[in-house]
Order: sequence, then structure tokens, then C-alpha cells
Amino acid sequence: MSEEAQGWGAKLFSGLRKTSSRLSENLSALVTKSNLDAATLDEIEDALIASDLGPAMAHRVRERLATTRQERGLDEAGIRAIVAEEIEQVLAPVARPLEVTGFPRPHVILVIGVNGSGKTTTIAKLARRFQEEDYGVMLAAGDTFRAAAIGQLKVWAERIGVPIISGPEGGDPAGIVFDAVKKATEIGTDVLIVDTAGRLHNKRELMDELAKIRRVLGRLNPAAPHDVVLVLDATTGQNALAQISTFQDLAGVTGLVMTKLDGTARGGVLVAAAEQFRLPIHAIGVGETLDDLRPFDAGELARAIAG
Amino acid sequence: MFDSLSDRLGKVFDRLRGRGALSEADVREAMREVRTALLEADVALPVVRSFIDSVTAKAVGAQVLRSVTPGQQVVKIVHDALVEMLGAETAELNLATTPPAVIMLVGLQGSGKTTTTAKIARRLTAREHKRVLMASLDVNRPAAQEQLAVLGEQTGVATLPIITGQQPVDIARRALQAAKLQGFDVLMLDTAGRLHVDDALMSEMQAVHREAAPVETLLVVDSLTGQDAVNVASAFTRQVPLTGVILTRMDGDARGGAALSMRYVTGQPIKFAGTGEKLDGLEEFHPQRVAGRILGMGDIVSLVERAAETIDAEDAEKMAAKMAKGEFDMNDLKAQLQQMRKMGGLGALAGMIPGMKKAQAAMAQSGMDDKVLIHMEAIIGSMTPKERAKPEIMAAKRKIRVAKGAGVTVSEVNKLLKMHMEMAGAMKKLKKMGGLGGLAKMFGGGGLESMMGGAGGTPGGAMPSMADLQKQLGGQLGNIPPNLFKK
Ligand SMILES: Nc1nc2c(ncn2[C@@H]2O[C@H](COP(=O)(O)OP(=O)(O)OP(=O)(O)O)[C@@H](O)[C@H]2O)c(=O)[nH]1
Ligand SMILES: Nc1nc2c(ncn2[C@@H]2O[C@H](COP(=O)(O)OP(=O)(O)OP(=O)(O)O)[C@@H](O)[C@H]2O)c(=O)[nH]1
Ligand SMILES: [Mg+2]
Ligand SMILES: [Mg+2]
Repeated sequence: MSEEAQGWGAKLFSGLRKTSSRLSENLSALVTKSNLDAATLDEIEDALIASDLGPAMAHRVRERLATTRQERGLDEAGIRAIVAEEIEQVLAPVARPLEVTGFPRPHVILVIGVNGSGKTTTIAKLARRFQEEDYGVMLAAGDTFRAAAIGQLKVWAERIGVPIISGPEGGDPAGIVFDAVKKATEIGTDVLIVDTAGRLHNKRELMDELAKIRRVLGRLNPAAPHDVVLVLDATTGQNALAQISTFQDLAGVTGLVMTKLDGTARGGVLVAAAEQFRLPIHAIGVGETLDDLRPFDAGELARAIAG
Repeated sequence: MFDSLSDRLGKVFDRLRGRGALSEADVREAMREVRTALLEADVALPVVRSFIDSVTAKAVGAQVLRSVTPGQQVVKIVHDALVEMLGAETAELNLATTPPAVIMLVGLQGSGKTTTTAKIARRLTAREHKRVLMASLDVNRPAAQEQLAVLGEQTGVATLPIITGQQPVDIARRALQAAKLQGFDVLMLDTAGRLHVDDALMSEMQAVHREAAPVETLLVVDSLTGQDAVNVASAFTRQVPLTGVILTRMDGDARGGAALSMRYVTGQPIKFAGTGEKLDGLEEFHPQRVAGRILGMGDIVSLVERAAETIDAEDAEKMAAKMAKGEFDMNDLKAQLQQMRKMGGLGALAGMIPGMKKAQAAMAQSGMDDKVLIHMEAIIGSMTPKERAKPEIMAAKRKIRVAKGAGVTVSEVNKLLKMHMEMAGAMKKLKKMGGLGGLAKMFGGGGLESMMGGAGGTPGGAMPSMADLQKQLGGQLGNIPPNLFKK
């Protein structure tokens, strides 16, 4: 394991180690059992539900486990391993990092999501990462609604040392993103990352505003936005599926980032999401600092879910 | 997407209602569906288990099995258990102390603490004429203190001047001094978001709590929260004496599971519901209403209130009378469509009335938005009075004629007819539950008994006028601002 991977593993598990992990508890009780009988499968299913896979997805995993491994006696670690394996199989196909491919430049990344999910912080982290990869980065302060949202992004831009295009609070976000694309195109910036106000997916007006921002982004560069990243909070339960579905329909989501995996939430809803939507998962957030963004690793998350 | 908890329980209980006698197996089967529904609604697993156990035990009792309407009794038991779990009474802030009364808000990152701080301050200022001072102790997140300062300006509530570099405990001390010296009634402390497993930040929170000795320590939780709710609730409860919970983002389409989990694990009442990012988006939390909504009765009380704002009294009475009879023809649908537009469009009505979810799904499928409401009105406009009164006579030929008249396709006409059927079904269901009268009694404190008595509940003729209904509800709802739903 590389140092970095260890680092993120440590962060990811830090929360889990401190509180009781239900799957571990349950599985410890299974050690003596000789095979995956109904009671064992029930416990696995419940453990998966407790990790936010949702009852339907947890049931599907259970059924797969029931049909594939019936005869062999397994110890605790063995059970953990097959549960993790099953989950990894679902997650592996959607693990894909964000890449700067857009040409002509800039490659435009629109970041959206419900309120407080971690959009602005994730943008700062992404900016830092692209900057480390020697790309020229620019930020656009498209959240003109929330108090001091612009100030928040400005502080990050300053800390990272990247330019930011912003307007007044209460201004029209479409105008700002237009200016940003124009400016980024002029000076040949590689990546433009656009922040947006948090919005619940069931608010039609706010979703229309997002569609408008999208259209305006494409006005100077028809390929923009190249990525529309939906930021999900790991503590969110099954509502995340409704979020993905609606944001995909109305804002053309192309990929996901999940934040706040440094707590005790397992983000199991990603498993259901991977199967249902097949959207790429780009990265995960494991803290509040610029370094707390990790590439999404299917095996790692699967093992975290499996305890 | 799955059905809402309301719809799901509705289905289960519909089936139970149809039975004369109820076996233990029936109860267990219903409870399995209740369990799945609760889990889909993000109620935390341990809470679900405990809830199901206690409800099953109650429902399988001999008395229930021998009773005349066992299905209804199961509904009542589940309903009562939900209300009990949510906390039977609306909880108020307790500010009875020597001023300044300190209110401290804590919670995970991004849960809505800062916004809620300003919302509460605004409410206390405007309604109770309190002099409120707000202070942000968030020295972690960029521009967090500025955020509260801006909100203070927007609401006209004083904020503690920011001293860069000062640490949370020191800020709390300074805030307390300022509040005392300047004679503020209430001091609101907004704190940084923290993970419940972050030892350093949890100790900091305890230190602030010791320093400020708040009368209210409120845990701010996102109502979209999933299974992690138990971990969060139990950790915060252990580390600081919570006095209440605030659920934010109730304006989302979350299913309310977090409300159950939070109430159960913290043992503290849910004092407010956040219903928008704007500063008037704060409401009292009404356990009765939420339980009713969970049980598939829809948020009828809210609907009635909002309707009262936009419908004129005569229309309202007609509508209420029709709803009470379980009648719902195309004229009613047309009136409803117009109403919907006035009441803030489709989104605003989501989940408020039983069966609406289905109608909504049908709408969503047809890519329907508020503009389509106008199209639908046009379709109904092209129907003859006879067709409007009896939409079931709409055969192929009639559909083609109407489609041409309205300038739409036949499939759009079909969609509208389907939607009408869904809504008519919902109205019938409502009637079975005793109509609005039954619901009003229930919300008025009569409990479910009132609608369990007679076979069909309140007969249509006894339907109270909209005004009466409001009066009846007034006891519970008197303190809700008239602009509750306006953004
Ligand atoms: N522990 C932890 N906290 C995070 C993570 N990502 C973001 N946060 C915190 O979550 C809170 C909300 O983050 P923001 O980036 O402001 O969220 P946002 O989506 O931009 O919020 P709005 O613009 O208000 O909708 C802040 O306190 C962040 O520091 C993460 O991965 N882990
Ligand atoms: N739709 C909706 N949005 C809300 C509600 N309450 C807060 N928000 C939004 O949620 C986001 C986060 O709110 P904040 O008040 O900044 O949350 P916080 O807990 O102070 O966040 P940190 O200080 O970063 O931990 C903002 O975009 C708010 O506008 C609510 O009830 N409904
Ligand atoms: Mg933001
Ligand atoms: Mg805050």
C-alpha cells in the first residue's frame, strides 16, 4: 500500500473505528456458523441496510451471496471478503477520475448539488489537484444566493493561488459564468470550475436556473460544460437516489463526488446508485482541508462497507 | 423511484381495511411492509426494529383480532405509535432564565446551523420582540463568520463584531459579556460543523458549552440523513446535554425517517423544521401532522391552509363538499389545475395530498411542468359538459376530437384522463377515511377514534365549511404565520 493510500484508508476508517461498526459486530457473531444460512444472510442484509445500501439493494446483494456461496464454511474474515467482493463488483465499473480533456480550452466543470453537500469545498480541493498537475485553473463564483458564499470561494482561491471570477451577492449567476468562460478562453486557462448555489432537486425554479447556467456555459464553447459533477453528502440516505435521478434529468449530471466519508457514514447508497445509474464516481471527500480529496477506489469503499 | 412512505403504508392498510377479520399472519405481513417502508424512508435500523416490535405486539393482541374493524385498529396503533415516537406535543423554545438566554446550535458540517441561527433570531425578534445577539464561533470554515454577519444584516439582528484569530471559547465569553452589558434577551451561538468522531472538536464544543451554559442546546440535523442518524444522535447526546433537535431541509422530498430516528435516539423533542434556504423558512414541528403524512393521509392541514390563502371561500366550500363526497370530475380537475398554478405550481403540492405522488409521477413521466398545466386546462376546455361530468365516456372518437380542439396529441389526452383517475381515486380514499371532516376532528385533538366510529366516518352532508374547518384547526395552528408557504 502506498503512503497516500494508507493515509486515505486511515481517514476513511477513522470514524468507523471509533463508533461501533454494525457489520463487524454482526459478523463476529457469525464466525462459528458453518455456511451462509438464512439467519446469516439476514444479518448481512441488515448490516448492509445499516450502511445505507437501501433495503432493495441490500436484498439483491443478499440474493447473490445466497446463490453463489452455499456449501463452504466461512470464518468472519471470509464472509467480510465475499461481501466486499460482491460490492466491489458493482462499484468497480464506475470508478473514473475527472480528467482535463476539453479542447479548445477551457475544460469546464460545473459543480452542483443540494444545499450544504460540500460543493464549494470540493471545488477548492479539485482546483488544488489540477494545479498540482500543472493545469491552469480558474474558479467561477456562481453561488450568488447564499450569504458569503462568494467570500468563501474567494478565500479558497486565494489560499490555492488561482484566479476567481465573481459578481455581487444577489447578482445573476448566468452572467458570471458567461464572463468566466470568456475570460478563461481569452487567457487560455485549462480548467474552469463553476460553483453553484445549493438547491433541492424538487424545486423546479431552481432547477430551471441550473439549466440556464448550463446553456450560458455552452454559448461560447458548445462542448461546455464538459463535466457536470453532482456532489453528494455521505450522510444522506436513500434520498440521494432521487437527487441523482432528478439532477441527471434536468441538469445532465456526468459524474459524482461523495463528501464527508471521514465520519461514520458509509455512503452505501453509492452501491445502489452505481447499479441504477452507472454514472462515474470521480472522487471522495474525507475532510475539510485541501488535501482531503481522494480518487474513488471501489475496493476501498467496498471494504469499508463490509467492515 | 419507490413510493413514498405514505403511499406504501396506504397500500398495506388499504388491503387490511378490506378485510373483515385480521389474522396474526396479516399483521405480520403488514408489518414487514411497514418495516421496508420505514427503511426506505431512512429510519435507522435499530429504531425500525424497536418500532416494529412494539407495534406488532400491540396489533397482534386478541382484542384486535376479535374486533369488528381490525384493519382500522392496526392503522390506529401504527399511527399512535408514530405520534408517540415523534413526540406528542409541539415543543417550544425554553427561554425562561435570567437574560441573556443562550441558545447554542451544534451539528455536522453543512447541516444548516448558521442559516437556522439566523432564522430563529429573526423569529424571536419579530414575534416575541426579543432583543437578540448572534455570534459565530466557527473559526474553521472560510467566511463562516462573515456568513452570519451578512445574515444579521439581512434580518436586522445584531451580530458580535468579528475579531480575527479569536478562538471559540473566547468568542463565547466575549459574546456573553456583550449580551449582558448591552441588555440582550437572547444570545445565539452558531458553532462550526463537526464530526461526532472528531475528538478535538467535540471537546471544544463541550468547553464552549461549559463557558456559555446555554438553556437550549439544539442539534441541527439534515432531514435527508440516512442510517448514520443514530451514530450522530447518540454521539452528540453523549457529549453535550441536548435540549432539542432541528430538522432542516424539510422542504425537500425526504421521507422523514431522520425525524423518527432523531427523536428516538436523543429523547429530545424536535423543536423546529427548516423549510427553505430563505430566512422565513422555519416552522414549528408538528408531530401529528408528520405522523399523518407518514401514514398516507397527506399533509391535509397544510394543504387546507395554503388553499385558504388562494381560494375564495365559495370555491373552497364547493371543493370541500365534493372532496367530502369522494366526488371528483373534470370540472374539479380543471379548478384544481388553476388552483395549482396559483398555489405555486406542481412542486409546491408534492406529497401534500394522498395519491398526489402517483399523479405527480404520471406528470413527471409525461415531462410535465407548470406550462403543461395550461395545456391540460385547454384539453378540459375542449370537452363537452357531459364529458367533463362523466369522463369515463371518453371513447376513442371523443378523444380525437378533444385532442384536435386543444391542439394536442391523443396521448396527452390519455395522460390527463389517467391523472384524473388517480386523483379521483385519492379523493375516494379520503372519503373512506372520513373526509376532511374526519381529518379535521383528528387534527383538532379528537384522535383517530372520531373516524373509526361510524362505518364511513363523517357523512358528506356534515362536512364543515372551509371556514369552520379552519376554526376547528385554529387551536393547533393559531401560531402559524399566514405567509407560511410563501417564499
Ligand atoms: N468532514 C468533512 N467535511 C466536509 C467535507 N467536504 C465539505 N465539508 C464541510 O461541509 C460543510 C459544507 O461544505 P460547503 O463546501 O460549504 O458545501 P456547499 O455544498 O458548497 O454548501 P452550499 O453552497 O451552502 O450549498 C463545510 O463545513 C465544509 O467544511 C468532507 O469531505 N468531510
Ligand atoms: N432548502 C433548504 N436549505 C437549507 C435549509 N437550512 C439551511 N439550508 C441551506 O443549507 C446550506 C448549508 O447551510 P448552513 O447554514 O451554511 O450550514 P452550517 O451547518 O452552518 O454549515 P457549516 O457551518 O459549514 O457546518 C446553505 O446553502 C443553506 O442555505 C432548509 O431548511 N432548507
Ligand atoms: Mg457552496
Ligand atoms: Mg455554519
